[in-house]
Amino acid sequence: MTRIATIRLIVIIAAIAALELACRTGLIDHRIVVPPSEMAATLIRILASGTITGDIARTLGMIAIAALVSIVFGFALGLLVHATPRVRQALDPMFATYYAVPIFIFYPVLIAIFGLSLVPIVLIAIATAIVAMIIATLNGLDRVPRVLSKVARVHRMGKLATAIRLQLPAAAPYLFTGIKLAVSYAFIAVIASEFILAPVGLGRDIADAYADFNNPRMYALMLFVLVVSTVVNMTLHALDLHWTQQRGRGAS
Amino acid sequence: MSAMRRAIDTITIVIVLLLAWQALHQIAGETALPGPLPTLSYLTGLVQTSRFADNAAATALSFAFALMLAYAIGLTIGVWMGAHYLSGAVGEPILVALYSLPKITLYPVVLLIFGLGISGKVAFGALHGILPVALLTMAAIRNISPVYLKSARTMKLSQAQTVLTVLFPAMLPEIVSGLRIGLTVTLLGVLLAEMFASKQGLGFLIMNAMSLLQNEEMIAVAVLLFAFAALANALLLWAEHHWHPRV
Repeated sequence: MTRIATIRLIVIIAAIAALELACRTGLIDHRIVVPPSEMAATLIRILASGTITGDIARTLGMIAIAALVSIVFGFALGLLVHATPRVRQALDPMFATYYAVPIFIFYPVLIAIFGLSLVPIVLIAIATAIVAMIIATLNGLDRVPRVLSKVARVHRMGKLATAIRLQLPAAAPYLFTGIKLAVSYAFIAVIASEFILAPVGLGRDIADAYADFNNPRMYALMLFVLVVSTVVNMTLHALDLHWTQQRGRGAS
Repeated sequence: MSAMRRAIDTITIVIVLLLAWQALHQIAGETALPGPLPTLSYLTGLVQTSRFADNAAATALSFAFALMLAYAIGLTIGVWMGAHYLSGAVGEPILVALYSLPKITLYPVVLLIFGLGISGKVAFGALHGILPVALLTMAAIRNISPVYLKSARTMKLSQAQTVLTVLFPAMLPEIVSGLRIGLTVTLLGVLLAEMFASKQGLGFLIMNAMSLLQNEEMIAVAVLLFAFAALANALLLWAEHHWHPRV
């Protein structure tokens, strides 16, 4: 481990220890924050009891569906838009504005149309995630070196072969950035929708525990969501870094 | 010429969106999704009511405080982490990890600490905005080319002159993008807070309209916020390009 990573680990552990200490000594009211050790203990108990297994499966399943749809269709739409420069030019300002607008405020509108079910959650998650994938696809295709299309011509490769064997690998690192963002956005949107209003799900469980003043349960579930989301994001981040470094080496 | 074409493109997008809305309205039915025309005429009536003015003022006040906090704290952290190498190297991955968390899960903690009033909304909005402002400010400082500092030394500029005429203009574009992203996510944070637990604000108005089945009002407010965010973003984008015409 590098020195910096060691320091980072110490900082994080010190922060958790300080919180634990502050809670134990009564510096932070037990009714406001429960000690981290208690959060973990409660979480293990809840997980072992199996009562939230269904909600975990539903929430993660929805995230997976939304991310998958966003990645596949975002990529396809990206290809389509890239192939038609005039459409792309017209859409560019929309892409630049898309994430500046709180798309999430349309979640209640989707509930009004589709009813209080899982459909609005998946739809708002796709709406949040798909544009990141489209933008990443466009970025990737923009950065395919021109020499590759010359190579393809020299070797008399067909359009499909060029796309699969040259363009796709060249654009892959950018596409991966899109995948990373799509997963992270889908995660945020699904949890947020469940939290605001949903029939079931982990976000709903947290909101319910809050409403019941059941802080130990609320903090335990929160810890679970934060740990899962951090592990997923950090894994994708590490893979992304790995790809980027490989790309750097390949170019030089 | 290109400005003209961009204007035409933007108008085309707006028209396509309105047509899509109309089409969805035809499919979903009158009660579920009112069409664009009735909604917009409802909106013109709504903005004149005191109910709207009160809630809009509540949101604007929370948003203004949250934004000030997010900018002040974000810039401080960003400058510190950008100027001090070790802090930046240690802290950046932590900030990146926090940035991609579903922060809504932390809202109950904010509520427990700050209560249900305006301070909770402000804290939650600021929580959203601090991270992008800090990250981009840090990047702005780190990305200053060493050549700039060398030239400043060669020209024997004083420290104040170096900061004002060399460092500040070099950092400005990236800092402005940080402020722009900070603005939009802070707005989202305030609205989420109002949607979850609040008796005031435009986010509350949307949720309230939904539970009362007043779909026209719900969509009217959502569209208004959408237009506001798009406009604010366009203005800041314009400022970004204005200050940084080379790109």
